[in-house]
Amino acid sequence: MKYVDEFRDPEKAKRLLAEIEGLSARITERLGRPLAIMEVCGGHTHSIFKYGIETMLPRSVELVHGPGCPVCVLPMGRVDDCVALAETPGVIFTTFGDAMRVPGSKKSLLQAKAEGADVRMVYSPLDALAIARDNPDREIVFFGLGFETTMPSTAMTVLAAEAEGIENFSLFCNHITIIPTIKAILDSPDLRLDGFLGPGHVSMVIGTRPYNFIAEHYHRPVVIAGFEPLDILHALWMVLKQIDEGRAEIENQYARIVPEEGNAVALDAIARVFELRPYFEWRGLGSIDHSGVRIREAYGRFDAERRFSVPALKIADPKSCQCGEVLKGVIKPRDCKVFGSVCTPETPLGALMVSSEGACAAYYQYGDLAVLEAEGA
Amino acid sequence: MCLGIPGQVVEITDPQRKLGLVDVAGVKREINLACVVDEAHPLEACVGDWVLVHVGFAMSRIDAQQAAETLAILEQLGEVQEEIAAMRASAASPGAGTP
Ligand code: SF4
Repeated sequence: MKYVDEFRDPEKAKRLLAEIEGLSARITERLGRPLAIMEVCGGHTHSIFKYGIETMLPRSVELVHGPGCPVCVLPMGRVDDCVALAETPGVIFTTFGDAMRVPGSKKSLLQAKAEGADVRMVYSPLDALAIARDNPDREIVFFGLGFETTMPSTAMTVLAAEAEGIENFSLFCNHITIIPTIKAILDSPDLRLDGFLGPGHVSMVIGTRPYNFIAEHYHRPVVIAGFEPLDILHALWMVLKQIDEGRAEIENQYARIVPEEGNAVALDAIARVFELRPYFEWRGLGSIDHSGVRIREAYGRFDAERRFSVPALKIADPKSCQCGEVLKGVIKPRDCKVFGSVCTPETPLGALMVSSEGACAAYYQYGDLAVLEAEGA
Repeated sequence: MCLGIPGQVVEITDPQRKLGLVDVAGVKREINLACVVDEAHPLEACVGDWVLVHVGFAMSRIDAQQAAETLAILEQLGEVQEEIAAMRASAASPGAGTP
């Protein structure tokens, strides 16, 4: 598409950066401290590092990389459950590629596959359903994960399985939901944030209204942002402008994709198939109330957790791993004791090193050196 | 997984299941279009649409109008910025310059 190039125009970026610099200088002088803005979404984290945005920003604006990478926040116990399901006789375990290398307490899905488990990477849950159609004598489990962006796709796949009467398909549901997560971050005592870049594609599903409480109760600005470099700079400028003018509102920079009311078809599918879990365990962040969903009773026969016995053990993260502090933005990835030594993208110790949307992998791949240079370290 | 890829709807292949062929950067595959159709924009109207595809599902029509507007704002921002910079420079004591 033609306009994709225009969202990368370096001239516009320069002007936006100058604008951001002016605003942040004025605000930080008034506040007497630097600003901390969190991007909630892993996709933003990825773009920020890919395009070196952090290195362009004035030092008075710090970007805090939030927990918005669904692969990164999977606790080890859930990965162990995946491995147990994959190793169940008769099962074909299907998953997005991102999840293959996440370390469990003993092995990853990739290792389980090497040892003989039938683990297959799929592009879409619909592909998992097709495998079920083609293999009526096998049990096909799909590993569903992600925020509201991917939730509708698995919900609609379950609905399709029901409509077609495909009974050998089930979902191991690990979907998480964004609003309780942001609330937990806002309530976390060791965190100070001045505003948020709101997730683009989650918002395309849920719309902009669910964020209102952040402005109303926490008095923080939120700007829903796109993923091109200019989108991110534009949104950041909008956040700073709100702070400068003493406003806290929900604004939508990504209106070309995000409708205010969200996507009705997707929301309806989610509501039909899923309900909130009382709590969900996160890697590094611990348990967060109502932050995950599970399959409703009515679709219970498509629920892998009901259909098979999963161990569901709670496994503590390795001691040397500081993913939790990185996730909350308390420390930078390079401050983790094992960053780049024991923990690398080839041999990840923590999940943040696995996916390119994880803060540690992004730092390792693109950012760290550039950031160090920019800071003159 | 979360980023999504833009593609263009080429044809409707299965009206019952709301499936259509979408061209994503030259690769054509069948994509579920249920989330981008409604009464005002039925399935048949989707051919030619640009959509954002996530894991096999078109999740949003890309609003070309909105894209153009965002770009226009960015354009304007640049001009306003230049003006403000010029204003600042002229307001500052001569020769002091702005940081
Ligand atoms: S370097 Fe590894 S262990 Fe440390 S925070 Fe990052 S992912 Fe976790």
